[in-house]
Amino acid sequence: MSDTRSLSFLSRCRRSRSFMVGGIMTAFLLVCAAISLFWTPGSAYDITIANRFLPPSADHWLGTDRFGRDIASMLMTGTQNSIVVAVVAVSIGLSMGVSLGLLAAARRGWTEEIIMRLSDFSFAFPAILSAIMLTAIFGPGGVNSILAIGLYNIPVFARLTRGSANAIWAREFVMAARASGKGRLRITFEHILPNILSIIIVQATILFAIAILAEAALSYLGLGTQPPEPSWGRMLNEAQTLMFLDPMQAVYPGLAIATAVFGLNLLGDGLRDILDPRLSRKR
Amino acid sequence: MSVFIAKRVLTLIATLIGASMVIFLVMEILPGDPALVILGVDASDEAVRALTKELGLDRPPVERYWSWITGLLQGELGNSYAYKVPIWELIEGAMLITLPLAVMSIALSIVLALVIGLYAAANHNKAGDVTLMGISQLGISIPNFWLAILLIILFAIELRWLPAGGFPGWDEGILVCLKALLLPSLALATVVGAILARITRSSVLEVFREDYVRTARAKGLSQRATLWRHVLRNALIPVLTVTGIQFSALLTGTVVVENVFHIPGLGSLVLKAINNRDTIVVENVILLLATMVITVNFIVDILYAVVDPRLKAHDI
Repeated sequence: MSDTRSLSFLSRCRRSRSFMVGGIMTAFLLVCAAISLFWTPGSAYDITIANRFLPPSADHWLGTDRFGRDIASMLMTGTQNSIVVAVVAVSIGLSMGVSLGLLAAARRGWTEEIIMRLSDFSFAFPAILSAIMLTAIFGPGGVNSILAIGLYNIPVFARLTRGSANAIWAREFVMAARASGKGRLRITFEHILPNILSIIIVQATILFAIAILAEAALSYLGLGTQPPEPSWGRMLNEAQTLMFLDPMQAVYPGLAIATAVFGLNLLGDGLRDILDPRLSRKR
Repeated sequence: MSVFIAKRVLTLIATLIGASMVIFLVMEILPGDPALVILGVDASDEAVRALTKELGLDRPPVERYWSWITGLLQGELGNSYAYKVPIWELIEGAMLITLPLAVMSIALSIVLALVIGLYAAANHNKAGDVTLMGISQLGISIPNFWLAILLIILFAIELRWLPAGGFPGWDEGILVCLKALLLPSLALATVVGAILARITRSSVLEVFREDYVRTARAKGLSQRATLWRHVLRNALIPVLTVTGIQFSALLTGTVVVENVFHIPGLGSLVLKAINNRDTIVVENVILLLATMVITVNFIVDILYAVVDPRLKAHDI
């Protein structure tokens, strides 16, 4: 990559307000998760009934819950959980979905038809429905919710990849590559994938946000992450029974989820503007 | 047009059959012994054998699938294991709450989207547009079940205007029931409405740039008349598609939000069924929800062709 090109990329990043704000919010999230690996202001696990419902103080920044656990620490540790779930679920969808989409675009014909029809009806099973099915059989748990969200991501990536790959396959330079005798596999990796990578990255960012939302919803229902592992969704569930006593407990976890999702959505928007300047001019 | 519809109907039927097969495979074949799932691993062999016989699980899978589907078409689903009442009764009662809730939410979100989207497009890049789009970006990021909790805290606990949850039943009068569904549908409609408002805005702006709109303006048609006669019909096509896609999000949203408000709809039914290991109820509710999603997408496909006749020629 030449110097001028990378410079203009950086300056485009700096000019996109969504990218900067979203990037800072996402970075904040990652830093919280990283710090919580070795330090939290209090304990997210220790149950000390004597310390229950303490108001915010220097020791307990956001107070304690009904078991005397430190809320700020639970929020920080919960970040890890959300990130792990989202990373694994998006990776499942990304690896399987992109491969299937590339295959469909490269082979066309029956292969494409089968892959696309399969992904069509998997849309009838949104993440929460498939998670409900899996937990009804295998019992509630973090792994099952990750699997369900990941499965839901596969057709999303497959459709997007196939659509944008088909457009590239029709371009002259691909025709030239075919005329010069390159095989379909080689063309896919040398010409198709690099050209659709930016679209896939943007989609991955947005699905990352959706995965965090879905995980929180499942944990709220009691189907996702199980105690004692702190999770934003379950914190909301526990706080709901205390709405009359201490409504602020129901505010913090939701704020954490919304911040994460908002940051990632902004980042995705910004990335789209940067990676595909044609789209940003149209808006 | 009739060929197009016939093709779509065939796809619809194939998709429904496919979905029912997936559900059957996951719920009855994958776990090995469904009777063991219902009774738990500690169950005695006799109990498992008795239940296997009672539920007809000793028959071959193909036969079981066939009797499930034929029973479904006749409204005969057997009894719930946990409640010992016909499953159809449970589902019917829950549907009478979930369906009105979903319709209310989607109607509310479309109204929200059109008002906000059109206002923002008309005031493109002015303060009102920028503020509304900022708010809608926030609306997309807020989990609906958290919004539901916040609405309860504000309207039920602080202001005491609306009930915090529960559902009185339709016998108690329509007004009381709609009041009970107001906060849940508001929680659901905010997120979907925010997404649709953004689509409406960008789609209206795009159509405003088309040549035929400029022609209409040039021949002296007023801004308002152009909007109603030329822009809206074309701009609403993408809004329609996204509404169809969002319906599935809304349905799964009801599953969660119903549990926040303790409303005895399909979402509460399926969650209780999971806790009771009532897998047959889970199976049927999931199929029902999937059928609703598939059917709505089918209707959107057809409407799409009605609104935009160009699509029929392509027949994608």
